[in-house]
Amino acid sequence: MAKDIADSAEANMKLIEEVLAAYPDKAKKKRAKHLGVAETVADAEPGIQSKCDTVKSNIKSVPGVMTIRGCAYAGSKGVVWGPVKDMLHISHGPVGCGHYSWSQRRNYYTGTTGIDSFVTMQVTTDFQENDIVFGGDKKLEKTIDELNTLFPLNKGISIQSECPIGLIGDDIEAVSKKKAKDIGKRVIPVRCEGFRGVSQSLGHHIANDMIRDWVLEAGEGARAGFEAGPYDVNIIGDYNIGGDAWSSRILLEEIGLNVIAQWSGDATIAEMERAPAAKLNLIHCYRSMSYICRHMEEKHGVPWMEYNFFGPSQIAASLRAIAAKFDATIQANAEAVIAKYQPLVDAVNAKYKPRLEGKKVMLYVGGLRPRHVVDAYHDLGMEIVGTGYEFAHNDDYKRTGHYIKEGTLIYDDVSGYELEKFVEAIRPDLVGSGIKEKYNTQKMGIPFRQMHSWDYSGPYHGYDGYAIFARDMDLAINNPVWGMFDAPWKKTA
Amino acid sequence: MGKLRQIAFYGKGGIGKSTTSQNTLAALVEMGQKILIVGCDPKADSTRLILNTKLQDTVLHLAAEAGSVEDLELEDVVKIGYKGIKCTEAGGPEPGVGCAGRGVITAINFLEENGAYDDVDYVSYDVLGDVVCGGFAMPIRENKAQEIYIVMSGEMMALYAANNIAKGILKYANSGGVRLGGLICNERKTDRELELAEALAAKLGCKMIHFVPRDNIVQHAELRRETVIQYAPESKQANEYRELARKIHENSGKGVIPTPITMEELEEMLMDFGIMQSEEDRLAAIAAAEA
Repeated sequence: MAKDIADSAEANMKLIEEVLAAYPDKAKKKRAKHLGVAETVADAEPGIQSKCDTVKSNIKSVPGVMTIRGCAYAGSKGVVWGPVKDMLHISHGPVGCGHYSWSQRRNYYTGTTGIDSFVTMQVTTDFQENDIVFGGDKKLEKTIDELNTLFPLNKGISIQSECPIGLIGDDIEAVSKKKAKDIGKRVIPVRCEGFRGVSQSLGHHIANDMIRDWVLEAGEGARAGFEAGPYDVNIIGDYNIGGDAWSSRILLEEIGLNVIAQWSGDATIAEMERAPAAKLNLIHCYRSMSYICRHMEEKHGVPWMEYNFFGPSQIAASLRAIAAKFDATIQANAEAVIAKYQPLVDAVNAKYKPRLEGKKVMLYVGGLRPRHVVDAYHDLGMEIVGTGYEFAHNDDYKRTGHYIKEGTLIYDDVSGYELEKFVEAIRPDLVGSGIKEKYNTQKMGIPFRQMHSWDYSGPYHGYDGYAIFARDMDLAINNPVWGMFDAPWKKTA
Repeated sequence: MGKLRQIAFYGKGGIGKSTTSQNTLAALVEMGQKILIVGCDPKADSTRLILNTKLQDTVLHLAAEAGSVEDLELEDVVKIGYKGIKCTEAGGPEPGVGCAGRGVITAINFLEENGAYDDVDYVSYDVLGDVVCGGFAMPIRENKAQEIYIVMSGEMMALYAANNIAKGILKYANSGGVRLGGLICNERKTDRELELAEALAAKLGCKMIHFVPRDNIVQHAELRRETVIQYAPESKQANEYRELARKIHENSGKGVIPTPITMEELEEMLMDFGIMQSEEDRLAAIAAAEA
């Protein structure tokens, strides 16, 4: 085993060198810091397998490398605010940003679209030359009035700034205060201009800060009269992609907890207002919503903990860890729930493990999944040979060591070229990444699953999600099409 | 009709750009030149002396009223003034909102695309005080003004602004071919003003095109919304502007790539002229005064 690790570490280092050789010196020097191999931990703690924070992260992308990253607007509108279902989210600026980010993340929700829920709708102020030259505040006011007339059951409006708003100095905060008074609802200005920061990550942070200032701290009145129960918890940072939050929530409810808010997949503004009343914040996506959890801890005394509902080992570990924060009843319930779902897990493993065992996987996703999904693959007997994040920070890479074995290839903000070369050299049995990587990988003859959108499937969270996850990985890897990859006339008889 | 000649007047705010340019252009029109003025200042006061009106409706305000700039016709925005001079004002937002620089770009593109530059000998741009952003550099970019005339005086900040504008010209000189036509010194009656202006011109490697003496008649004309050429055509001052116009006309193609100086060099120059004291001299002066 030790020799295997040393071998793969050495092979990976050599591969990195080969890939970097194509760059000019300056780019090479910069990119070298983002590529590495999971190393040995000096003072091994239980549960930590490797040291992954050796690569640099959250740094400006090298120009010309075709980064896969998004922008601050994508982080705020697309990720954090967009899924809040009973609010209207204005893409404030020219039409393109709103149009191309329209309903991209498959944030499921209940409700009647266009009446009391608006997630899949797209609203923009559609800036024209005149709005740039003369400023867009008046147009914004008019838009808010029109929206409130057209959709009277909306519970609030957020303003998602596109780049020009920050350049021409529009005072969207003043507009928000004025219109909030006029319509008697929350109007929230978000300064998430795309040019801010190095990736979508700053957009998450800005969006969190706006929740803090314009929802939680402005919402004391909204919490008045709300009696919190002893088992009240919040799900934070689950965007309900393909119904993920729902398949997580049922497990928490089954062990006896009461989920009073679910952020921000299928969320309502009222849930967000009440969240500080909960006993515990359960955070799924640490990267995009840890900021608000830290705030609630400091300001409202709500402790928080991370959990992972991908794959049965992590689900069981997380349920036990969550239950440990409560009383013996909850702890007994957790054991009962784990036992209840064990037959489902056994059936899934019996069916899929023989078909997937030993298959090698490379991941490249956003800020959480490159580590969180790892054990779900392990549960199916698969192996992770490379992983990396688009917009993670150092603390994410630290946490990656909980999942990733030594010698694994690590790539941060990987370029199109680098990922292609890595995939080509390693030739894994599956690549899990996004739409921009999908067809390129498949053309190389390698099975692929989208790990942002679950390839229009899901949910993947929870026990129910695990069954779907296993099926989907099997569908991708064992698809008969891969046996037809070589042209028949080129096959030797 | 010769090739279209495009010039621009830049300079520190309040230096008298609009007054100087309109008087000069009124003199140029006497020489039989067909002229278009493009005012590039949200204040929109670049054409009032030619039109003898208060303020002209601007391209951008008319565009905002009509819906967009595409809804405008050239006739809506071009007014005819003194001896057939065509006048337009780009206009822009009120102070503190929007993006005036983008407004200048929009307006100039509109004028060009709709043929405002056809059938004229001269296009003259009058641009607000400082080149604060890319929008106000529009007239010095490629295929716009060939020569820039910097209006200045012997005042420290006017010299400083002139040097800064020269830096802007230098930036675009190699990519777009814009040149510095020269300095126009608008007399403020500061110490050794003519010599100082000539010294700066020498440093920048350009001509001091003309020294316009101070004359109250300019003020009298301006109060009547007229140029001196129109108000007092026989006056000495009118002849000064005619002289300036003649020099600019003859300066075609003789612009230079400026050699702007550093802030230190500029201060040194002022010390040489005894206008500014060095730190030691100043302390000595204070000590002497206290003694």
